[in-house]
Amino acid sequence: MGLSGKDLVGLQFVPAEEIKLILDTATPMKEIIKRQIKKVPTLRGRSVVTVFYEASTRTRVSFELAAKYLSADTVNIAAGTSSVSKGEGLKDTARTIAAMGADLVVLRHPMAGAAELLARTINAPVINAGDGAHEHPSQALLDLFTVREKKGRLEGLKIAIIGDILHSRVARSDIWGFTKMGAEVRLSGPATLLPQGIEKTGAMIYASIEEAIADADVINILRIQTERQQQGLFPGLREYSQLFGINTERLKLAAPDALVMHPGPMNRGVEIAPEVADGVQSVINEQVTNGVAVRMALLYLLTGGGNQHEIAH
Amino acid sequence: MRLLIKGGTVIDPGTGKVVEKDILLADGKIAKIGVNLNAGSAEVLDVSGKLVAPGLIDMHVHLREPGFEAKETIFSGTRAAARGGFTTVACMPNTNPVADNAAIISHIKNTAFVKGTSNVYPIGAISRGSKGEELAEMGDMKEAGAVAFSDDGMPVMNAGLMRRAMQYARMLGLTIISHSEDKNLSAGGAMHEGYMSTVLGLKGIPSSAEEVMVARDILLAEETGCRLHIAHVSTAGSVQLVREAKARGVKVTAEVTPHHFSLNDGAVAGYDTSTKVNPPLRTAADVAAVKDGLADGTIDVIATDHAPHTIEEKDVEYELAPFGLVGLETAVGLVWTELVANGVLTPLQAISKLTINPASVLGISKGTLKTCADADITIIDPATSWTVDPEQFASKGRNTPFTGRQLKGMPYMTIVGGRVVMREGILL
Ligand SMILES: [Zn+2]
Repeated sequence: MGLSGKDLVGLQFVPAEEIKLILDTATPMKEIIKRQIKKVPTLRGRSVVTVFYEASTRTRVSFELAAKYLSADTVNIAAGTSSVSKGEGLKDTARTIAAMGADLVVLRHPMAGAAELLARTINAPVINAGDGAHEHPSQALLDLFTVREKKGRLEGLKIAIIGDILHSRVARSDIWGFTKMGAEVRLSGPATLLPQGIEKTGAMIYASIEEAIADADVINILRIQTERQQQGLFPGLREYSQLFGINTERLKLAAPDALVMHPGPMNRGVEIAPEVADGVQSVINEQVTNGVAVRMALLYLLTGGGNQHEIAH
Repeated sequence: MRLLIKGGTVIDPGTGKVVEKDILLADGKIAKIGVNLNAGSAEVLDVSGKLVAPGLIDMHVHLREPGFEAKETIFSGTRAAARGGFTTVACMPNTNPVADNAAIISHIKNTAFVKGTSNVYPIGAISRGSKGEELAEMGDMKEAGAVAFSDDGMPVMNAGLMRRAMQYARMLGLTIISHSEDKNLSAGGAMHEGYMSTVLGLKGIPSSAEEVMVARDILLAEETGCRLHIAHVSTAGSVQLVREAKARGVKVTAEVTPHHFSLNDGAVAGYDTSTKVNPPLRTAADVAAVKDGLADGTIDVIATDHAPHTIEEKDVEYELAPFGLVGLETAVGLVWTELVANGVLTPLQAISKLTINPASVLGISKGTLKTCADADITIIDPATSWTVDPEQFASKGRNTPFTGRQLKGMPYMTIVGGRVVMREGILL
């Protein structure tokens, strides 16, 4: 069994069995990362191109390491956001990538739908590493992987996602992923940062953060961007922190063994108190490691490369 | 030059009658309407099984000339009109330079006279440069041939200026056309705000962005006594506002586009930029409300908002693409498939919204079949199914979300001033 689509643009249309396959494949991949020599020949001779129209060292390096651990060659194209605003960026880049014979492309782009546009344009598989406020499927998959690893299951868990849901591609991918796997997703954040109709995704909306995190098994805290305040979407960081910041007091409302997650980078003292970020319930560093494992699984499955035996040993 | 249109079903919204009659055209005018007319020296067009209507009028198109000739020209745009069954179009002033003075209005009319396939009536800008700061010379433009005023996609945000524009337009006896959009509420939006925009991660344009301006302009029209026409109504709330205003006697009319009664915001999934229009495609409930508004007469006019763009401009990320789709060559098919075949409108009602009603909003003597009227005739084949193929368009624009769509009902023949300009999709 493999993935049915050529690309991974989002989790909205990925069936639960395929999500499970990705998570299952990521387990042996994580073993590779733990080895002394972190390299298997699985994707030798293959090329993975990462195209980042938005700076994100964390995600880019995660994909590059994943490719390197599988022996693929990697190239990064750092496309400036200035070329995006000129409206000539993506199509030109697509032509270049096709000409170079890339076997897989990882795209980060500030605009929703960019990954889909690229996927339509080129023959190589495309992994969406975040497109505007649309989706960021590999981040959600690493969230699912982390929770499943810690809790042993996803079904029946209560996942609270707190913060700027409106602009969060992570939140959207998380909602699709967690609800498909049988978890309950609860959302809370400033009313101006909760998008219209989000409840139709199957997630539940809570006006008060206290209700949203009550008995939750996981609290996933989203990064709040100061530019949203400049856009007038909320009055100030101090007030945000008071209304929606996660501190030790609030954390007590969740289940005693609740996991604290954050897609990073964190604003310590704004959306998350430092003692929570570094506390025993935090799995934020685990998420980073698991990110590489999940991305190895995605590269493997989408290139259809190698065989299972090669990964195992 | 004499033509006898023989054997068709004549739909005349002027008389409200649908009858089997022949029409004789002579010297660019309708000479005679009657049963079994004698051909004499006239060329005979046998159109049995077809519908014979007054020439269709599209009161909301963008011809792009002067300034944006890569998108469309008066030549290509009026050919697209003829192919779509339209004998007359009114063009919006957002050209470059903006049609905000008599010289440009005259230029458009002259160019259309020389190069146009259909009749062209320019709409003048409300404010200079459509900047929303000071009134354009509306009286001068009327003299030059402007038939209404609008800043269309650059809506007048200043209510004080809009009020003065309405006072002035009322004095001139012309209509103000409102593209109702509060730019503060719509800022940065690429599609309707709702579940779909949330899922797709695109910034939304709320219904209120349209409705607050519809409400404002209705209040101003009520106060000034100006005739107001609401362009491309897209929300249930707007339909209701117009309905209530009409009920209390406000001089307000409204139009809807074929795409707003044929598609909802679900069409944006997949990020096809030809679904990016302003106002945006709304929800299924809004589409139903718009159809109700058409059926009960709240919405008077069907207009396409034909907005051609080059392929390069549209073949980009959704947020970067310009708003607009081409509508002239799919309008009749969509009206027949979505409205007439489904029983939303009778053929007579549909034809009224494409002829006499827009003529009355613009105050032009078109849109009827009475003797001595201009020999502008559209013949529609209501039975033929066809598939939308943008490669066949006469418009330079290919930006349609209806590619491959099967439609029933097509413009069969377009006659402008007594001359056949289109026959079975072929421009003559
Ligand atoms: Zn408009």
